[in-house]
Amino acid sequence: MIPLPPTQPAPALTVQGLTRRFQGLVAVDSVDFTVRQGTVHGLIGPNGAGKTTLFNLVSGVLAPSAGSVRLGERALDGLSPYRRTALGLARTFQNIRIFSEMTVLENVMTGMHTRLTASWGILLRGPGFRAEERQAKAKARDLLAFVGLSEAADTRAGDLPYGDQRRLEIARALACEPRLVLLDEPAAGMNPAETHALLGLLSRLRDERGLTLLLVEHDMPLVMSLCDRLTVLNFGRRIADGTPAEVRAHPAVIEAYLGTGGHEVSVSRGLGS
Amino acid sequence: MWEALDDFYWTYQSLIHAVGVNAILALSVYVVLAVGQLSLGQAAFMGVGAYTGALLTVKFGVPFGLAMLASALVPALLALVVGGPTLRLTGVYLAIATIGLGEITRIMFLNWDYAGGALGLSGIPERGGVVAIYGTLAVLLVGLTLVARSRVGRAMEAMREDEAAAGVMGVNLPRYRLVALVVSSAMAGVAGCLSAHVSSFIGPNEYGFEAAVTILSYALLGGIGSPLAPVLGSTILTLLPEVLRPLADFRLMVNGMIIVLAVLFMPRGILPWRIARTG
Repeated sequence: MIPLPPTQPAPALTVQGLTRRFQGLVAVDSVDFTVRQGTVHGLIGPNGAGKTTLFNLVSGVLAPSAGSVRLGERALDGLSPYRRTALGLARTFQNIRIFSEMTVLENVMTGMHTRLTASWGILLRGPGFRAEERQAKAKARDLLAFVGLSEAADTRAGDLPYGDQRRLEIARALACEPRLVLLDEPAAGMNPAETHALLGLLSRLRDERGLTLLLVEHDMPLVMSLCDRLTVLNFGRRIADGTPAEVRAHPAVIEAYLGTGGHEVSVSRGLGS
Repeated sequence: MWEALDDFYWTYQSLIHAVGVNAILALSVYVVLAVGQLSLGQAAFMGVGAYTGALLTVKFGVPFGLAMLASALVPALLALVVGGPTLRLTGVYLAIATIGLGEITRIMFLNWDYAGGALGLSGIPERGGVVAIYGTLAVLLVGLTLVARSRVGRAMEAMREDEAAAGVMGVNLPRYRLVALVVSSAMAGVAGCLSAHVSSFIGPNEYGFEAAVTILSYALLGGIGSPLAPVLGSTILTLLPEVLRPLADFRLMVNGMIIVLAVLFMPRGILPWRIARTG
């Protein structure tokens, strides 16, 4: 490894030797990778490769058996999910997990939980409380406009169409003012038009808001056109790491996706280009 | 007119007290249910509050206001101590643990001679009355409504819907669970103290499992979409046996049938409307 020049900013996320065992099964096996600031980093691999487990380890939903995770300079080891959120880590879920009884606007405002400070003001309703609540509402409306859900602010979240629920999850994740957003299969179940709109939304997050994104995704055309770098997992191990072009040509990736003896021509087609 | 009202009050005095006290108990179980936990310990906390308040006024002649304060603090402290280990449990396991807590406190009062043992504690001075009961209820209703319409209310509803997702949104789950239990036990304790001082007698068996289930049913019948819902539930369940009195022998049967039908056809309670969560 070439040492990084001192002017290079610290990586947004550093994962070192991360391991998680479930009884006999090693779901994530000493995985290392870094996510650079302001990039979209893709995490891909066949089903059961350990991608979602890795997400759960990074977001603190699961505790690792070994290894460490750093957000910027800050070690996250042993911190609960809510502490990680306060430090600037947000995520969405593979199976949509919006709060379906609440309105769309309330969902986004729930995402701001760690950024709001009201305590006794809740009972006293002073000007401080009211101003904070007003600002939170305005900011939530801005985020809904950003993801294209302005019209739906007062709808019950569970009544939204599927694609809109995915976008609401993204708006809710953005509400906690994250530095890094983990997206677990954001395009799952979307039709081509919805996927295309999602691609535009995620590029704008990186290009206009300077956010760093780490995403797990099976939609290869989306991954290949959006991601700056990719990490490939198989059976819990990292088998490749690099730009989409490098990964696509990597023999271990070809083997993982197509088995041994696959032809490179079909691989390029299979992984999209 | 005034005289008629006075008559009404004297005739139904104990019922009027019970409606208010039960409404406070309904709110106390609402606070726990609102963060997605299930507690059957409310009767025990009520008992601890009742005994704390009654012992202070009967044995030490402490002013009623101070007795009320103590009857909120002692159960709250108990909840704080018990909450640490039990709140690692969730759902039905927490319910079982709180049933255990209820039995332990009941047996403790049963064998505590200083507090009257199995005979209970009698000669409790009449204090507080309607003004204290309904004043407390009003303060709690307003307070809980304000809390519901804030970041705390949003966090609570989020926890109830999907605890893991709420945690990822930055909600400090253990703290919310513990604070909910402590606040709810203080409320149940105050209800116990208020009811002890309008009924002149308390006994250890008033705060057993049956009472815990009754308190839970207030919120189940009313719903937990807003603080008003459990209060409506407790009021109906308290008044229903009286309203049905002309039915004589069929009274309890019809009473039970109404509850079963309500739960079957209105699973979200008879007041399913949910309060807005923005301030």
